[in-house]
Amino acid sequence: MRRLFWITLTLITAGYLFFWFLLIAATAGYSTPEAWLQTVMKPEIRHATGLSLLTCTAAAGTSLLLAIPIGYLMARHEFRGKTWVDAALDIPIVLPPMVVGICLLIFFQTSLGQAIEKVIPFTYTVAGVVLAQFVVAAAFAIRTMRGTFDHLSPRPEQVALTLGATDFQALWHVALPAARRGMLAAFCISWARSLGEFGPILVFAGATRMKTEVLPTTVWLELSVGNLESAVAVSLGMIVIAVLVLVTVRATGERV
Amino acid sequence: MITLDSISWTAPGGRFALQNVSLAIPDNTYAVLMGSTGCGKTTLIEIICGLRRPRGGRVLLDGRDVTRLEPRERGIGYVPQDLALFPAKRVREQIHFPIKMRGMRDGEKIVQELVEELGIEHLMDRLPDMLSGGEKQRVALARALAAQPRVLLLDEPLSALDETTHGTALELLRTLQARHSLTVLHVTHSPSEAAALGQMRLRLLDGCVVEVATGSA
Repeated sequence: MRRLFWITLTLITAGYLFFWFLLIAATAGYSTPEAWLQTVMKPEIRHATGLSLLTCTAAAGTSLLLAIPIGYLMARHEFRGKTWVDAALDIPIVLPPMVVGICLLIFFQTSLGQAIEKVIPFTYTVAGVVLAQFVVAAAFAIRTMRGTFDHLSPRPEQVALTLGATDFQALWHVALPAARRGMLAAFCISWARSLGEFGPILVFAGATRMKTEVLPTTVWLELSVGNLESAVAVSLGMIVIAVLVLVTVRATGERV
Repeated sequence: MITLDSISWTAPGGRFALQNVSLAIPDNTYAVLMGSTGCGKTTLIEIICGLRRPRGGRVLLDGRDVTRLEPRERGIGYVPQDLALFPAKRVREQIHFPIKMRGMRDGEKIVQELVEELGIEHLMDRLPDMLSGGEKQRVALARALAAQPRVLLLDEPLSALDETTHGTALELLRTLQARHSLTVLHVTHSPSEAAALGQMRLRLLDGCVVEVATGSA
């Protein structure tokens, strides 16, 4: 009876993974290596790839910089209303992506938003692409960093305080070196999340070829003109990058 | 000298409370604090360290009121139960940590003397994961003493050691206390440990500290 139970669960898992294998295999089999190479050599695709790599790295870097202090605060400090703050930090995860884009667009129509635009123009610019990726990716980085600090004992930092360190020095010299794997995982997860971001970028930064076009936008643009071959080739490239990120995260040994 | 003056503290949810705890441990005394699990021994140590703020009362170290001071301003050494070695730092960096934080000028000499005294010269380039229980304990002691504290607070530092290492560690603690003229407060569950080390034996009972015995260990 017990054996049957575990066999059933194994079959469910295997079935789910096989379904995904079929999806990826079908996508991979649709395009030939020659067609794939031809697609990636197109100037607009090369531009979109370069811009994606650049904006994802910028968004993931800034997400990590924000996630470290917030994750540390949430893991180490008790304060009134913490449950509400914790829930609020997850808002970008549960909001529909298009809504995030509309929120950004509307914010930059306000007087504060327009004042910011005078210093750094965001709407329909590359900076806007980074911002649209950042607002969602940061939530994932924060969640990962909070989990990392939750799993680390606060005791070494407390001992550091008795040895002459300030709170900042305890974070810098003790907590951060111990959390380096979690930091790498947070960076990779927010990077991968940024790579797949489409809705907010389309609404807030637009889909202008050779300007604000990133890989998901390319897939959409190619599909919209009926160029399925190119859309599939770009999608395959994104699958390869996503798998590489997943392997990196797993290799760090962090459960995220 | 460690003086606690009417210290009170209540655990979240009222699990236990410290009620007007007062005690005075004279200079250069090895005091041992015993009590049942969860009675507040660790909390009391953390209050003396400055890691927890008491609801009421004062903490005085060498006659100076440190109740509102940061842990780094109290001049204490602290070795917790899990020893809390810094996970990503080599032994050398662990022991140099207080020297670096406090900007101590003769730091290198202090470290060298401690390393020789504790017999850990051969461990200096190792990470905590590469140390045995006894070695970890020596490193944690060296790190605490590198800050040259007058007061040393030990929270069950011998609980994870096997019987052979335990005996050596008892001797080491006794020697260090005498050589560095330390006032020590050592939390333990073990009556034999208390008998071997305690010049002053205290017990935390129903939120109050009672003195069980005073005399040379």
